[in-house]
Amino acid sequence: MKPLTLFSQMIIPCFILLTVLYGAYKKVRVYDCFVSGAKEGLTVVLHIFPYLLAIFVAVKAFQASGILEYIAAGASSLLISYGVPPEVLSLAVVKPLSGSASTAIFTDIVKTTGPDSTASKTAGVIMGSAETTFYVIAVYLGAVGIRKTRYLVPVCVIADTIGIIIAVIVVKLFLE
Amino acid sequence: MMLSDYVCDGRFGRNNVRYCITLWGDLMNVIWFVLIAVSIAGALISGHTEPLTKALFDGARAAVDISLFLLGIISLWLGVTKIIEESGLIHRISHFFKPIITSIFRSVPPDHPAITSITLNLLANFFGLGNAATPLGIKAMQDLQTLNRDKETITFAMMLFIVLNTASIQFIPFTVVGILSELGSAQPSAIVVPTLCATVVSAACAVLVLLLFRKIMR
Repeated sequence: MKPLTLFSQMIIPCFILLTVLYGAYKKVRVYDCFVSGAKEGLTVVLHIFPYLLAIFVAVKAFQASGILEYIAAGASSLLISYGVPPEVLSLAVVKPLSGSASTAIFTDIVKTTGPDSTASKTAGVIMGSAETTFYVIAVYLGAVGIRKTRYLVPVCVIADTIGIIIAVIVVKLFLE
Repeated sequence: MMLSDYVCDGRFGRNNVRYCITLWGDLMNVIWFVLIAVSIAGALISGHTEPLTKALFDGARAAVDISLFLLGIISLWLGVTKIIEESGLIHRISHFFKPIITSIFRSVPPDHPAITSITLNLLANFFGLGNAATPLGIKAMQDLQTLNRDKETITFAMMLFIVLNTASIQFIPFTVVGILSELGSAQPSAIVVPTLCATVVSAACAVLVLLLFRKIMR
């Protein structure tokens, strides 16, 4: 793990150093160039903000309402009969909505079921193979002002569901 | 055309499927409505109104916090990518991956800047550099938007790009391995290979679902 962590820590600084060195070598006015690029950041964030606001308010409200616990309680017996650890369900629901909340749920699963349990491994694979879909959609579409999404959202929802099923199967095949 | 027209003339099958998808194409509106309505109704019934009110304002605050965070990293990366563009380094980077990306994004001309920004974003994702991936992804969306005739409607290339992004193909899931080893796992990196398998298979499935929808909607 050590060399990999080191590699991941090195990659961004090295990339920026390479960029600046190459820029200077090609006689680019690196400072002016950097500033003119960075200036665009403000407009981008201004475009994204209302979309982010809408998503975050809805997700926070959903978490606070306690509905997730009801769903998890209702579905857990069904999940156990298919051999799926029931703890994973709340993660599967939250992962597409919020990155920080899903990290919190994942940490909680690892703490309560132990770091080498099937639930922890399944949750880990879901964490690594799923993405905060609605955040990505809000940010990317907000940045270019697209309002008509055609069939993007249904495709993403179906793909997320398939992704979670695959994660469960993969853990059964590899880690049990 | 109204829904009743479809039901009455008895043309079930592809047209109906297509109509349902168009109806749910606005799914973002549906999801947002359901999240808000169900949460508030649920909280009212179970008496959780106080935490809910707090959560609504917490959400607004979180959006500001994230935006400020994004403002910093997006500006930083836009500055760095500007140097990459001006110095011509961008051509060297994208040259290597161009054949793969152009064969996936066939509707994008091979010399278009979108190819480069898509390449850089997917690379950043692959190495787990989330902070770098988002700004580069936004750049890619803006480049794809220049090819779009109807600025309010998403193109197939954009959908493909977003679907590939949400599949999150990642070389090493650093956060997960970090948490597992922190909490005393005997073999925290045991999940690396399974995760890579899961993510590649689910990315392939996601693209297949997208292609299937395109076929139905055509």
